[in-house]
Amino acid sequence: MTPNDIPRSGTTPSRLYARDLRLGYGSHSVVHDLDVVIPDGRITGIVGANACGKSTLLRGLARLLKPTAGTVILDGTDIHRRPTGEVARTLGLLPQQPVVPSGVTVTDLVGRGRYPHQSGFRRWSSEDDAIVAEALDLTGTIDLADRLVDELSGGQRQRVWIAMALAQHTDLLLLDEPTTYLDLAHQIDVLDLLAELNNSRGTTIVMVLHELNLAARYADHLIAMQHGRIRAEGTPDEVITEDIIRDVFGLASRVVLDPVSATPMVLPLSTRRKEAHERLDSRR
Amino acid sequence: MTARASRLAIALLMLAVVASVCSLLIGSRWLAPASLWAALTDGSDPLTGIAHARLDRTLLAAAVGAALALAGALLQGVTRNPLADPGILGINAGASFAMVVAMAGFGISDLGAYVAVAFLGAGLALILVHAVAAAGQDGATPTTLAICGAAVTAVLASATSAVLLLDRQTMESFRFWQVGTVSGRDLSVLTIGAPFLAVGVVLGLLCIRLLDAAALGDDLARALGRRLGRDRAVVAIAVVLLAGTATALAGPIAFVGLLVPHAVRALAGPGHRTVLPLCLLGGAVLTLLADTVGRVLLPPAEIQVGVMVALIGGPAFVMLVRRGRTVAL
Repeated sequence: MTPNDIPRSGTTPSRLYARDLRLGYGSHSVVHDLDVVIPDGRITGIVGANACGKSTLLRGLARLLKPTAGTVILDGTDIHRRPTGEVARTLGLLPQQPVVPSGVTVTDLVGRGRYPHQSGFRRWSSEDDAIVAEALDLTGTIDLADRLVDELSGGQRQRVWIAMALAQHTDLLLLDEPTTYLDLAHQIDVLDLLAELNNSRGTTIVMVLHELNLAARYADHLIAMQHGRIRAEGTPDEVITEDIIRDVFGLASRVVLDPVSATPMVLPLSTRRKEAHERLDSRR
Repeated sequence: MTARASRLAIALLMLAVVASVCSLLIGSRWLAPASLWAALTDGSDPLTGIAHARLDRTLLAAAVGAALALAGALLQGVTRNPLADPGILGINAGASFAMVVAMAGFGISDLGAYVAVAFLGAGLALILVHAVAAAGQDGATPTTLAICGAAVTAVLASATSAVLLLDRQTMESFRFWQVGTVSGRDLSVLTIGAPFLAVGVVLGLLCIRLLDAAALGDDLARALGRRLGRDRAVVAIAVVLLAGTATALAGPIAFVGLLVPHAVRALAGPGHRTVLPLCLLGGAVLTLLADTVGRVLLPPAEIQVGVMVALIGGPAFVMLVRRGRTVAL
């Protein structure tokens, strides 16, 4: 099913959105009364400084965190009132640092992505086999199928986790910093894979990203958070501006056009090298 | 099932048969296979009493060992804690304390009542451990569960000792039960416990996917549609049935629930589809062997199975850890 097939009425802006969402741990509130709409069939990037509530918002959207106020709506219903198995067939989540169980093979791990589609009566089927094989193929991990996950490199492992999320066959996929701890080549690799998934299957993707320039390249829609609120959202051109970067990160920067992708690119100004910047300024 | 797991399954099956036969034949009096058979089939044979006692004891040892090993595997899987064991999470201590109170305070000596009281104690201890662990800021994490389990175990063990020191008669009847023994309990013991063990085993074996999902961490397990609260409750019920019954029948036998799952995971990998059934076999084998060896080590005296399991299991566990063969959870 592509997102375009979903019937929409004027009151439901998209399949996944939140109203007056307040999230926190104990009495400590992290995300404050926030409204957010995740555009269907697009790639949304959530950016912001450390501890601004990005991951908390993602966990809230993935119903891992129960809101202290407000609601998250998935397909027209409060996500916490829907059967958890049904939600798991619609929305997938890849946490930031998943626990890698030792001694588990790649095929076994990716196969666990099929759990939401199985029940006491419906056990492993040939369809499950086909979907796991497809997920391994799409992520280029088919050669690793019989290897143990804990023996893989960081980049390979991340592909295997994504393969597991693919095997879950959800229309929406939420990822918490899928590129953290990967070198640049592997970051591009993972993001290309997600972009391809979005393109070929129409999967709605929401990801928390640290790397602003990559976020600007790969996301259709950016959400910049600050102190648990949304400071700006829109296209990368609208969100990646010198003003917003200064507010969100407390960082002076210059925003130029990325010569490769024609998206905005942030060049941070260092306070220590102020004279160098002034020198450059005077040369312009 | 992988080739390694299949080989291990076959090896354990053969070992279980060998251990059962040894347990039937070996003892203070050696029974040759032919005379054993005659004694079991012919009611007027002079050896009938011994033969039946051996048979009961063998069945009981196998059932208790299998139950404890499965309970250990379930607890380790659901808490992702390699040290989880009915002994460490306070379940055995709870059952012991409840039985001591029942013996000393209410003069209970009926075995059916023992089982019920042991259940109650095991269940209450597990609930207490979970409640205390869950009261913390991060909820019932594997670490808080282990710490609270150790604390509750210590408190209950002291309370048990206190009652025993004050009541000499209870101490006498409790002494043998406490070290864990499978001798001198006739088949009626097992027939009372069997239905509980059967339900526990079936429930435990239904936990395969739940445990494989739990191994991925709370977030991913929930993302895969698991309801963690319900999953943990199912495992807790299975564990209380298995460990509670085993403790009521044979006393608190330590180490089976810790050693067997670790050995099985090291040899066959961590997937619960293979780990859980193999733990049933492995637990039975270890307990049978321990019980049989305990009969011949210091004749004419017998060493209780609880002591023997620890004597065999302790060094074996140290070896396993030193060889780096344990599989992290």
